Amino acid sequence: MKLYHITDNRATAVAIKDIPVVEYVDLYNDLKERMNDVRYHVGHYFAVEIEQGLKFYMILLDDKTSEVLVTSFVPDYYAEGLASLTAIHPQFHPFEREMHELYGIPFDSHPWLKPLRFSHDRRDKSSTMDSYPFYTIEGDELHEVNVGPIHAGIIEPGAFRFICDGEQVLHLEIALGYQHRGVEGEIVRNQNRLRQTLIAESIAGDTAVGHATAYAEVVEKLAGKQASKNLNLERMIAIELERIAMHLADTGALATDIGFQLYQVACEALRTVTINTSQAWCGNRFGKSVIRPCGSNHPLTAEKIAMIRKNIADVRRRYNEVRDDILEDKTLLARFDQCGLVPKSEMIRIGGVGQAARASGLLRDLRATHPWGYYTEIKHEAILKHECDVMSRLATRMDEVLQSADYIEKALAEYTPGENIPAPDYEAPLAAESLSFSLVEGWRGEICHVALTDDKGNIAKYKIKDPSLHNWLGLAIAVRSEGISDFPINNKSFNLSYCGHDL
Amino acid sequence: MVVVALSITGVINRTRALLAGRKGIRFFQHIYNVRLQLQKGAVYSTTTTALFRIAPAVYLGGALLAFLFIPVADLEPMLSFHGDIILVAYLLALSRVAIILAALDTGSSFEGMGAAREALYGALVEPALMMGLATLALFCGYSSFADIFSMAQELDMNLTIVLLMVAYVFVVIMIIEAGRVPVDDPKTHLELTMIHEVMCLDYSGVDMAFIHIAGWLKNAIFAVIAANAIAVAVSFHWWFAVPMAIIITGVSIGVVESLRARNKLSRNITYILTIVAMSALVLLTGFLLIQNIEI
Repeated sequence: MKLYHITDNRATAVAIKDIPVVEYVDLYNDLKERMNDVRYHVGHYFAVEIEQGLKFYMILLDDKTSEVLVTSFVPDYYAEGLASLTAIHPQFHPFEREMHELYGIPFDSHPWLKPLRFSHDRRDKSSTMDSYPFYTIEGDELHEVNVGPIHAGIIEPGAFRFICDGEQVLHLEIALGYQHRGVEGEIVRNQNRLRQTLIAESIAGDTAVGHATAYAEVVEKLAGKQASKNLNLERMIAIELERIAMHLADTGALATDIGFQLYQVACEALRTVTINTSQAWCGNRFGKSVIRPCGSNHPLTAEKIAMIRKNIADVRRRYNEVRDDILEDKTLLARFDQCGLVPKSEMIRIGGVGQAARASGLLRDLRATHPWGYYTEIKHEAILKHECDVMSRLATRMDEVLQSADYIEKALAEYTPGENIPAPDYEAPLAAESLSFSLVEGWRGEICHVALTDDKGNIAKYKIKDPSLHNWLGLAIAVRSEGISDFPINNKSFNLSYCGHDL
Repeated sequence: MVVVALSITGVINRTRALLAGRKGIRFFQHIYNVRLQLQKGAVYSTTTTALFRIAPAVYLGGALLAFLFIPVADLEPMLSFHGDIILVAYLLALSRVAIILAALDTGSSFEGMGAAREALYGALVEPALMMGLATLALFCGYSSFADIFSMAQELDMNLTIVLLMVAYVFVVIMIIEAGRVPVDDPKTHLELTMIHEVMCLDYSGVDMAFIHIAGWLKNAIFAVIAANAIAVAVSFHWWFAVPMAIIITGVSIGVVESLRARNKLSRNITYILTIVAMSALVLLTGFLLIQNIEI
């Protein structure tokens, strides 16, 4: 029996009738075996309300063949519950928790069926942030330290509960949901596609370009439009600029957290150059307004190309110096080396993605495994580090900055200014009764957007996955048995998004 | 002495700013900040008791009293009696105990952690302080600061190197006591990594100003002792010791904070014990030289 519809990240939208509707038991048994293979990981897994109850969709990614497996199932309305996949493969935990929270589906033997983000439309309204069931350990020697949900500084809210033995962390539990805005629902309520783009840009403020690209890809696949070469190059430049800016910011933030002023100010200065480059291009330092579906408002001109090329070469040269110094600085290495280990095996189990996974030697890079746009041309080679610690995550960032600078230079050389790029099209008709997904490697990792259209071609369901959804658990694992005072550097080495998780 | 107390923070800030390529804040900005705090009231958490309110006064009082015993090169201290070096050490310890108890009084888990760290490091650094003072006492057979440094001119030049090492020990003790990099980072906003700052989280207004002033006074005590030791070796005049105190501590802290990372918290113990070992070595060397024992 056919369990999956096979497609890839470049194909157009899939008609819903082409997606097999399977029995959950068969799917469960298949996944039990299949997910043992590291080449597979879950892209998205969600439920949609239909007349007969709920219909579940699952998107699996095959990193080896670049295939994307799409399947669905409709459990019996009177079914008691579903056997939990999390119990075997923990990477399913956020998805099952979300469905449990939204629809009250009991997942049998799910080890951690706690609220995920306290959605406004959650099933059990009595479950609130104040009654979050924190894990506790009894013992005279132990103490709990609660940090947040409101933190010092200007970061977003989220509650961290440490269980410590003296200075050593035994367990960290992270409770999020304070930033929930109902983004997915908002996109469906606003059928105006310009508004939808603006909402997509605001899913996570630090990944404006990444999420906007994911949205634009979803819409273009539904509209059956292929972006031109120039447009793809522009999008690549924008997303790599964002990657450089954020990796620079995080290098600086890591230096700040160990009280190292020199690298902090050096990186802050470089980040300013990078984001000002974005501003000179499109008028926004975070790259908002660059990405629009089916076109662009800011085609590059010869002057802008020269400006970007000059700035990026400058950032690249200066950052390379910083990088050489960092790699040789003993006081810095003493803090970052062997701190916050997340072994590759753990990364696989929790389904870690993006830069954090690559720092643990796990190849999760959509640019290499599921290329889209111009990445299909450049044969991206992901940067892998195998030390699994904070230094490794920093080293991945540092190398990726230089790699991204290369890509930007390459893309600028390929770009032919003056060649007509169409203005954005917000009216193009969308395929009806279809499922469209996009997979985009933002600076933090894998972004997956999924849209389902109704019989009139309107977006009826929109699902978003930010890489933070997977990686927060990685942070909790990293700080186990570390000193509690090393939590901040671990946190910065992941630099996860609160609002991307809470949506 | 007062000039030293008021200037050190300014020099640190200015050094940091210069090394970061910035213009920096006003030299006396920290004094304006404290003046502002002195004009404000204080907010108290409902979980605290009278202990919490008394602590800043004890903290400041202890530091201020200790401050009065310290001579600046050839200037006499305000107060002086035989054996006052012991009193100074324990006045500083008393102010530390006051602030630790106040931190525990808030019941906050952050402050509890900070208090535990402060108590540990305080206990570890105390031998270094006592041995450093003992070395000075040994040289001249006196046990009050005024006598030690007034007799000091007669010292043999052989002891110069020992005196410079004593100065180094006191500069590092100051770094530890003041909670600067690499032991602590006063600029951080991360409660989990703080030592000294986290204990003051619940203080505001006047109380916070008291804690700041006491911090300056403590810095000045150690800076001036270090500068005196150098002055003995080089030029025993207050006009030499005062700029010396400001520059060696202010600039060294500013440079260190710009050019290196903080220690991992668990490594601080090693760092402090190194200083204890160093001051033991200084004491031993001083003893051997005084006794004219050939090695």
